[in-house]
Parts: sequence; C-alpha cells; structure tokens
Amino acid sequence: MKTDRRGFLKIGGLGILGFAARPLVDVLLRGDLVEASPAPDTLAGKRWAMAVNVSKCKEGCRDCIVACHSVHNVPDLGNPKDEVKWIWTESYKKIFPEQEQEFDARGGKPVVVLCNHCDNPPCVRVCPTKATFKRSDGIVMMDYHRCIGCRFCMAACPYGSRSLNWRDPRPFIKKINPEFPTRTRGVVEKCDFCVERLAKGLIPACVEACKEKALVFGNLKESGAEIREILRANHTIRRRPWLGTGPQIYYIV
Amino acid sequence: MYDTAKIVAGIIIFLCLITFPIWYNVTGGKAEYVPDLKIVTQEKQCVESKGYMRNNHMQLLNEWRNTVVREGNRVYVASDGRKYDMSLSRTCLKCHVNKADFCDKCHNYVEVAPTCFNCHVVPEEKKS
Repeated sequence: MKTDRRGFLKIGGLGILGFAARPLVDVLLRGDLVEASPAPDTLAGKRWAMAVNVSKCKEGCRDCIVACHSVHNVPDLGNPKDEVKWIWTESYKKIFPEQEQEFDARGGKPVVVLCNHCDNPPCVRVCPTKATFKRSDGIVMMDYHRCIGCRFCMAACPYGSRSLNWRDPRPFIKKINPEFPTRTRGVVEKCDFCVERLAKGLIPACVEACKEKALVFGNLKESGAEIREILRANHTIRRRPWLGTGPQIYYIV
Repeated sequence: MYDTAKIVAGIIIFLCLITFPIWYNVTGGKAEYVPDLKIVTQEKQCVESKGYMRNNHMQLLNEWRNTVVREGNRVYVASDGRKYDMSLSRTCLKCHVNKADFCDKCHNYVEVAPTCFNCHVVPEEKKS
C-alpha cells in the first residue's frame, strides 16, 4: 500500500483522536463501575447527643454499664490499673470540679459518665494516625484498625474516656457477643455512641437498658426531638465546658 | 586448568545440593500441591465473581472496612447490582462458616497471617 504524506497525517490524527475518546468512553460507562452506595439512612443533618438526668439515676444500679459492656465485648480485667471502660460512674465532686460545695448532699453521689462526643474533640486533634475521627453526625469514633496504641488521645482527653488494652482482652470477656468485634492488645477504645446500633435504627444500648429513663439520646438537629425538649426545659450542665471541647453529654443535676 | 575433574565434579555436587529442594518437591509430588478449599455455602455466588474474589478479596475487604468505619456506609452494591451488608462476620462468614477449611488453609499455604480475627469474632466461638 502506498501512503502519501497527507494520508499518513490523516491516519495519525485519527489515531490520536481515538486515544482522546477513551477517557470519554470510561466516563460514559461509569454506571457499571462497582461503587458503595450510601446507606439508606445518611449521617448528614444529625447531631447525636445525650442527656443524663442524675436525679432519676438509681444508686447502685449498673444496668447501663452492664448492657454497654456486654454488647461491645468490653473486658473485665478485675484490676483498676488495666481497666477498660466505655461507660462508668464517677463521683459528682470529681466530674464537676469547682461546682461542688461542702453541704451538697450530691457531693459523693456516683454519676454516669461516658465519652462526651465533643464538638471540638482534643483526642481527634492529637491522633497521629487519624484513627480517631469525628463523623459528620458528631460521633467521635475510633477506627481500631489504624490505632497504634500511642495513647496521645488518652493524654488529651480531659474526661478520661479512653482506655488502652494493655493485655489481650479476649480471655477477660465473659461472653463474647459475635455481632461486635473485640479489640486486641495495644489498642485504645472508648464509647462510640453505638454507631452499629444507630445504623440499624436502634438507640444506644445504655439508653435502652435504663429502666428509670435517666438517659435520653437524640438528634439535636431535629426540632421536635425529646432531647431538644429536655435541654430547653431544664438547666443542664456539662463536664468542664471551659476547656472549649464542646461536650455533648448534658447533665440535669 | 589444574584439577579440572575435581572442580567439575565439585561444581556438579554443589549444584545438586543447592537445587535439592526443587528436585525433592518435584519428585515427591509436593510442587503441584494446591490447597483444597471446601466451599460449604448455600449461596451459589459470592459477592463478586470467583476469580475476582480469589485475586482481590483483600482489597475488597479493605475497601469495605474503610467504607463502613470511616464513611458509615454499610451497603455494598455488587457489580451485578445485588446489595450486601458490608460485614466480615455477618456476610462473609455467614456463608464461609468453615474458616479453618477455607480462609486458614489458603493463608497458611501462601504464608500470610492476616490479623482480621484478632478482633473480629469467628462464628464458631458463638457456640462456646
């Protein structure tokens, strides 16, 4: 076949156009690509928070703690040094420093405490691997896969909401809940506001377990929510708000 | 060259010794060993095709992990449009209930030690 200069340039030009068409075809065929779809219930437009009505909370009752710790495979190491806790109790005096007074009968009363799911979480800021992060619905969550156990977050959290697994926790879990993973040695853990239950449309395990209805959980961005009503009608205090962390656990004392 | 015979003989003996593992495995039939994976599922089809899963299950699982944990999306849409809950324990292990005969067998053969099950619960433990 004889090709003149003009014919050669034409074929060359068409060939180059062919290459240019490839990305266009890719874009047009994009519908066939495998993509994860957002779950039907998306996170946008939500801000989860909790109110704790301390006066309704019955002394000695551990229903919320037991429920949470059994659902999330939290080990009981039987020793306060190694303790792993997601929700626990602390004395009024200790969690509301500078707000106690000598004659307050509530001074020594245990109050339920958990991760505050802060608006401005210091643990997220210090995490070198971004294992701790804040979701768009306000939940401060941990990606255990990425945690290297450096404990910066534990130092940064002013509420002591985080625990390190100093030892393999599995032998210390009484009954493993197969629906939820355990953790491994060298990983920090904390309350995650039951993200796995929220994804199924359930409320957190501690709220469900509380017979006294002392714990109220809800979406602050939903104008008719029970939590909004409670926060509107009651005087609530938060733990150490002056630190600027914006805690989202509200206490009615 | 001095001592040609000794040197050549030495080289031959050396080559025999160094290639011994290859000969040993070829003649013993061990070279063709392929782990015999038991698939005991009721489902006919995995989330993606068999070949894709065989080659890319680790990438797929990593993608699932990141999507679920970091983005909060729990629904996987497969290339044929079917939807799955992205969960190792609830979706993968629901069908592949025989972890020891399926996951472990191949992982042991290729000498990889994924750490998934340090935390994720294997359904067998449900009974205990």
